[in-house]
Amino acid sequence: MYVAVKGGETAIAHSLDLVADKRRGDRDVPELSLDQIDQQLGLAVDRVMTEGSCYDRTLAALAIKQARGDLIEAIFLLRAYRTTLPRFGASEPLDTTRMVAERRISSTFKDVPGGQVLGPTYDYTHRLLDFSLAAAGERAEAPIAPADATHALPRVGDILQRDGLLEPPPSRNHGEARDLTRDPLVLPASRPLRLQNLARGDEGFLLALGYSTQRGYGNNHPFVGEIRYGHVPVSFVPEELGFAIEIGEIDVTECDMVNQFAGSHDVPPQFTRGYGLAFGHAERKAMAMALVDRALRAEELGEAVTSPAQDEEFVLAHSDNVEASGFVQHLKLPHYVDFQSELVVVRALRAEVEKRLEQAALAQAAE
Amino acid sequence: MSAPLLSARDVGKRFGGRIACRDVSFDLWPGEVLGIVGESGSGKTTLLNCLAGRLVPDSGSVTYETRSAGSVDVHRLSEARRRLLARTEWGFVNQDAREGLRMGVSAGANIGERLMAVGARHYGEIRGQAADWMARVEIDIERLDDRPTSYSGGMRQRLQIARNLVSRPRLVFMDEPTGGLDVSVQARILDLLRGLVEGLHLSVVLVTHDLGVARLLTHRLMVMQGGSVVEQGLTDQVLDDPQHPYTQMLVSSILPV
Amino acid sequence: MPDTTIRDTSSQDAAYNYAYLDEQTKRMIRRAILKAVAVPGYQVPFGGREMPLPYGWGTGGIQVTAALIGRDDTLKVIDQGADDTTNAVSIRRFFARVAQVATTTHTGEATIIQTRHRVPETPLTDGQILVFQVPIPEPLRMLEPRETETRTLHALSEYGVMQVSLYESIARHGRIAKTYNYPVMVNGRYIMSPSPIPKFDNPKLDRSPALQLYGAGREKRIYAVPPHTPVKSLDFDDHPFEIETWTECCALCGSTESFLDEMIVDDTGKRLFVCSDTDYCESRR
Repeated sequence: MYVAVKGGETAIAHSLDLVADKRRGDRDVPELSLDQIDQQLGLAVDRVMTEGSCYDRTLAALAIKQARGDLIEAIFLLRAYRTTLPRFGASEPLDTTRMVAERRISSTFKDVPGGQVLGPTYDYTHRLLDFSLAAAGERAEAPIAPADATHALPRVGDILQRDGLLEPPPSRNHGEARDLTRDPLVLPASRPLRLQNLARGDEGFLLALGYSTQRGYGNNHPFVGEIRYGHVPVSFVPEELGFAIEIGEIDVTECDMVNQFAGSHDVPPQFTRGYGLAFGHAERKAMAMALVDRALRAEELGEAVTSPAQDEEFVLAHSDNVEASGFVQHLKLPHYVDFQSELVVVRALRAEVEKRLEQAALAQAAE
Repeated sequence: MSAPLLSARDVGKRFGGRIACRDVSFDLWPGEVLGIVGESGSGKTTLLNCLAGRLVPDSGSVTYETRSAGSVDVHRLSEARRRLLARTEWGFVNQDAREGLRMGVSAGANIGERLMAVGARHYGEIRGQAADWMARVEIDIERLDDRPTSYSGGMRQRLQIARNLVSRPRLVFMDEPTGGLDVSVQARILDLLRGLVEGLHLSVVLVTHDLGVARLLTHRLMVMQGGSVVEQGLTDQVLDDPQHPYTQMLVSSILPV
Repeated sequence: MPDTTIRDTSSQDAAYNYAYLDEQTKRMIRRAILKAVAVPGYQVPFGGREMPLPYGWGTGGIQVTAALIGRDDTLKVIDQGADDTTNAVSIRRFFARVAQVATTTHTGEATIIQTRHRVPETPLTDGQILVFQVPIPEPLRMLEPRETETRTLHALSEYGVMQVSLYESIARHGRIAKTYNYPVMVNGRYIMSPSPIPKFDNPKLDRSPALQLYGAGREKRIYAVPPHTPVKSLDFDDHPFEIETWTECCALCGSTESFLDEMIVDDTGKRLFVCSDTDYCESRR
């Protein structure tokens, strides 16, 4: 006699225990500390903070540890925590000209005011496995030039803009920025909302889309106007004070992409912008975001919308890896009721076809 | 005759700094086929889209005499009523049949859609009407359940015509309906269209760059250049005795049939 | 009858509000629910929150339930009709933990029933709330991928395209071969996705005395069918809507009227059919 599958409760409890056990791994190997993750897997922490929309290195490190290094799972964990936090308000817009930059490059000019600052980058490393890292042993500290925090670092874009060669950034009068994590995304979306979506968007998805624009699917002839990475102060206006106070500093990577010019008979041509911003040091993400931001402006700039990266509904609806991961993986849930319905109808349809074939064969034999 | 079916008054449309069409006025009478000719870029397709309510003109107005609700300003109708009008009293035949068809469903479903959109709920009857229209546009009824992806260019265009006419529209907009087809296929479709237009007493606004098509199908012609109508009149008159230098140039640049 | 309600005795997580969501969020969701009830079948956008369960695993239904549930409620959670499938267990545990609510497997005892893919066989009654988990709330989505366009089609009641898809099914298969997530017309106005329940369950939605709430977390939509509202499955006059039938009966309770799951019981492919609704089945044995 068949016995219905029971015991979901116990099975789940055991599964949770197993996950915890796997997470710890071999007990002879020392356990990871959150500080180690923060300090030595810093770029993973940066990504989790960016796509998790929560700037907290310790929480991100905890999420990475809990997720056993699965960054999308870590992003999910961090977001599910973030969503329960009370909201005090929105900070003032970051002023990235006040950035104390560790790295700052432009590929549109050989030199720019403030200088090209190479900073820490993998760009010029040879991708040879460094076996000295496999052995324990301390490294000497690298010499670091004192950063000049006294001078504002002008943006390359602002310099171009002064001559009218580059479109100005959108005005600040968009009113209160809507919060994607509080209000549903309604399409068509405004650019601030699109940028929010892209900032939270999956790095791999944006990278592929950005790449596709370079390969002709919505090309917009990009130049890196500027990439900068460093610390920026965050200001907030508490209601009871009525004026802005600095509440801390965060690390961000900003990318200002300069793109093909638009213009017509009457409107003088101008370069256009794509913008990317990410928490921590995340140049690939910021650049991909800037490419996709520019691609999504196709309609606004009077360009034909022909490619996936230019298609607002397509990009915004599919950029979020927590949504995507959940929905793809929900296929693991039981679907046997729907499948049963399909079985019933497929059997019926097959029977009808077989009957028809049989009758045809009989008729043929009778002839 | 009581009133014109469609009236355009001073219709104009700009795209940024470019004028696509300006100050276009005409009346279209029931049963009349009006041709709009000109080179590409002359504004004829923009005008057609303004007339059909697909584009909002910057100036002027378009009025249409409805079957039962009197005359309406096409661009002041609610979107709901304009879309209803577009799928009941009007038809629109695109140059590229793929834009006017659902390529993922069968020919029968394509033809039946307008019927279902206004409430038809009897599968057998819908299918019967679809088959009937397949025959009228001279497509083999055996192909009723095939998708238009398996159709030739000429068959797709016939199917698009059937899909539009099934709701018995009074006014059909056509944008280069034979463009991009082989000459022999073109000739048969023109023949078919001429028969249908006469038989159903249709009014048509037809955009074409092909004066041969205009000569065959239209009663009256408007010649457009740079967004403006430079000459209009009875088709034979315009083509045999063009007055405007641009029309003369157009007429002389085609070989006599 | 034995007392089958189970109360979780572990203390509420101190870091979280009652029923997980903060009260502001609950109010926002309740407003969306009220609007949904006022316009039956209309998809109300709401500020869906990120939940501690993955998208696609019932976050919409969980948010609706979390916004409604109180200490006096009795909750039943089913997946595929069964109370003991892993995801049903997981969601029930979640509410037992964050809302200290009584749970039950008996349809008749529940005030709120959260479900994935089924409507219970036992008829629902006045005052009960059925909360559906919805993956894709837009019934026209597979015919028209654009949200801006589907919104217009709903606004203008332009539903020809849906009928086209049914026509196509008959042309291809000789019958409407759609078996689950079978589209319905609610109150003669909005076409609605009943969520991926088998079409077998569609008739139970029609004029049900219970309140039906549908939550789609990833897509951030809530819609509703108020009690006693007409819900009609789309069809053709000459191809009327019909539900699945089985030649077999349930191997456990002998029911010939319930939705049956098929089990393969040995290597030769021998099959057995049992009720998908475990509570219904047990109550008949």
